[in-house]
Amino acid sequence: MSSPVTPDAPGRAATQPEHRPEAAGPPGPGRRSATVRRFLTSPQALGSSLVLAAVVTLVVFAPLFTAHAPTTADLEDAFGPPGGGHLLGFDSSGRDVWSRLLYGGRNTLGGALLAVAVALAVGVPSGLAAGYYGGWFDSLSNWWVNLVMALPAMVVLLATRAVLGTDVWVLMIVLGVLVAPAFYRLVRGAVAAMRGELYVDAARVFGLRDSRIIARHVLVVVRAPVIIQGALVAGMAIGLQAGLEFLGIGSGDLPTWGAMLNEAFTNIQRAPLFMLWPGLALGLTSATLVLLAASLRDVLEDRGTAPATGRGARRGGADAPTTLDSAGERADLLSVRDLAVTYTLADGSSREVVHGVDLDVRRGEVLGLVGESGSGKTQTAFSVLGLLPEGGRVSRGSVLLDGTEVVGSTDRALRNLRGDTVAYVPQEPMSNLDPAFTIGDHLTEPLRVKLGLSRAQARERALDLLRQVEIPDPERTFRSHPHQISGGMAQRVLIAGAVSCDPDLLVADEPTTALDVTVQAEVLALLRRLQAERGMGVLLVTHNLGVVADLCDRVAVMRDGRIVETGTTERILSDPREDYTRGLLDAVLDDTPARAPWQPREAAQ
Amino acid sequence: MTDPNSPRDPNPAHGSEPAHDPETAAGGHGDTGGTDPKPLLDVRDLRVSFPGKGWRAPRTEVLRGVSLDIRPGETLGLVGESGSGKSTIGRAVLGLVPASGGSISFDGERVDGASRRRRRELSRHIQVVFQDPYTSLNPSLLVGDTLAEPLLAHGVPAAEARTRVADLLDRVALPRDAVHRLPREFSGGQRQRVAIARALAIAPRLIVCDEPVSALDLTTQRTVMDLLLDIQERTGTAYLFVSHDLSVVRALSHRVAVIHQGQIVEYGGADRVTTDPEHPYTQRLLLSAPVADPGRQSERRAEYERRFHARAH
Repeated sequence: MSSPVTPDAPGRAATQPEHRPEAAGPPGPGRRSATVRRFLTSPQALGSSLVLAAVVTLVVFAPLFTAHAPTTADLEDAFGPPGGGHLLGFDSSGRDVWSRLLYGGRNTLGGALLAVAVALAVGVPSGLAAGYYGGWFDSLSNWWVNLVMALPAMVVLLATRAVLGTDVWVLMIVLGVLVAPAFYRLVRGAVAAMRGELYVDAARVFGLRDSRIIARHVLVVVRAPVIIQGALVAGMAIGLQAGLEFLGIGSGDLPTWGAMLNEAFTNIQRAPLFMLWPGLALGLTSATLVLLAASLRDVLEDRGTAPATGRGARRGGADAPTTLDSAGERADLLSVRDLAVTYTLADGSSREVVHGVDLDVRRGEVLGLVGESGSGKTQTAFSVLGLLPEGGRVSRGSVLLDGTEVVGSTDRALRNLRGDTVAYVPQEPMSNLDPAFTIGDHLTEPLRVKLGLSRAQARERALDLLRQVEIPDPERTFRSHPHQISGGMAQRVLIAGAVSCDPDLLVADEPTTALDVTVQAEVLALLRRLQAERGMGVLLVTHNLGVVADLCDRVAVMRDGRIVETGTTERILSDPREDYTRGLLDAVLDDTPARAPWQPREAAQ
Repeated sequence: MTDPNSPRDPNPAHGSEPAHDPETAAGGHGDTGGTDPKPLLDVRDLRVSFPGKGWRAPRTEVLRGVSLDIRPGETLGLVGESGSGKSTIGRAVLGLVPASGGSISFDGERVDGASRRRRRELSRHIQVVFQDPYTSLNPSLLVGDTLAEPLLAHGVPAAEARTRVADLLDRVALPRDAVHRLPREFSGGQRQRVAIARALAIAPRLIVCDEPVSALDLTTQRTVMDLLLDIQERTGTAYLFVSHDLSVVRALSHRVAVIHQGQIVEYGGADRVTTDPEHPYTQRLLLSAPVADPGRQSERRAEYERRFHARAH
């Protein structure tokens, strides 16, 4: 692209958000116009930006809307009623209220703008530098920021006024410095978080200068939160400034909304209406800024929530599973019929990701559920456990687990099934162990709750389980926290936990995918041994056909939410009937010849 | 360990090479590639260490004297498990981590410890494709902007960059309208194509591929591998291909180096290392990977248990 993505100067965008990048040229129509469209279709965003635009227009072009100067006082007109070109009448000194409101807005809004600009100018660059480079600058600026944040803003402003005088602009600059840490922290946090992202490394490898990396990669990330924070800070600055003026410590003669409030307050008995106009102006402006910030956040930070399965429900393709070997009678341990899983999306629509799946696992049988990412295999497994993630539900079909219907069961009934009827081994062992508890806690808790064992009994049983899963030093592992053991050990612990209550069915979701290949071999051997010893049924979700060959009796191949083929492992792997299965097998690299030795290029040609 | 070149010397023009003493080569496993007088990348006795946790803790050695070399247009596969240091080698070559010992030479020039400016110039020749196509592309940049970035960084005029981006998309078989879209609109395999296109943008002579197909589905993995092979045929770029998967490395690499705990334990021609490995660790890697054939897999399992499990218990 010839025109790089140039984020709007945050200062301007923050306080005049109605000028958002509508001007984005044709190069990026999809994204920008979508953002603008979402912004325009949100009533809150549109309403608040229109009101704010109106306020800003009135204030900026004040001379067009009033013919009177805000400071022309005529005591004869004091407390005069509206009329004769004086829209809101006169104040206690005989000055035109409408005109003071407009010109006062200039100072009030201008002051807020100044404060935000100063805060941005101080906070954003220092936050960028501290987050990106770290090191001594980071330490030093953190120290400084903590100091500034510890200072009470109002007291500092009062002190400033005592030292530097009553100039409202000076006060606003000081206020800007005081609120700069809000931007600093925001930016530093975001930048430090993205510092480790691969695309930043990639940019460095491409020979980009740091300044360019920051401008192109880093600023884009912090743009949205900075704009939102800017709108909030502007509202706050208006409030603080009005507060100071109201206390009578602003600049005396400059018309501001706060000063008008102060004056109105002294005459509240005589002319209560005086409070209304500046109060209304302040309230309206602050409220619209907050509302605008909220809707900007919704628009800019909406990353589009998709269901956990990701890919869409592409229809067509294999409609009827061709070779379901268990279409008639249902297996005794696990029997799934016509299972459909539907997700409710963020916009209220719903999407079916699993379309009518039939599965059977007999007692003591290992069934492999094979498919690529997005095929719905994990969703199917979660349905068996009754544990679909937020937004997902079984929309059709039946799941019989040891004779009990899972679909539509109460949580309580499902809890009764888990542990001793069905147990689960996850893909990511580490994220499935709570770092705050020891391995022993993880293992004994279910034993005590589920089997009602005493503390000592549970401990004995847990140590025994650790020995069964071939953990070298069970006593020490029992006392360890999850971060003290390796991923392979963690998976053994989870397997120990899964078999602790003697389940009839073990659901294992890619149990070895996160492990190194040598560790995988050992975990597979362990699973095979435990399965044989206990006669467990296993539903093994995997993408690895080697794992299937190693462990499974039968295989079901899934694609786009449907089972395309079921059969014995032997048959599926040697004589697949479906093209899709054949494609999967063809992609296996087992028998690919090694690459021929290198030849100098000249010779090769 | 072994000299990968000895059976079939690829460069018979250099008369002195066959006389290369295999004993010296076995002494430091890295010297194996020394048959070519001028390797493109030459890593000698590379050491990398990271600060230990806590004050004055000893540094953790991640690489403990690694030597390898890559010739122009060659693919060197680097296999190892997590924590072996395999990715660190790639990152050191790219200048993303500092070397604490040894040397890295590119085209005869020492590049470890190169200045930032020199590093930027070198980036014209050394590029990267990372493992995770989800985090290696900036989610808020259009694909077109991402691809144009290295071009603009090297002073290519904007108009020319635009045409070259379109050409790059053709080369990785992505539709041209991809320039106007965000990474999130693409699948993992397509994103990896974008990442490959970005690495190709300035026609580098070496691409460090850090597990570029590991996050992909089986069928997608195959097509991306084919793409990498095809690109190498056409452009003659060399790859340092880092992976944990012996079978992927086998299909893509001319030579294979096996790394274990920061040291290269076996180094040789792809076919020999991946079919008939000498080092017990490589044998273990090979036997650990299950094959998609129940009969052969049960043989392999039995072999594995006979050789490694009996010893463990």
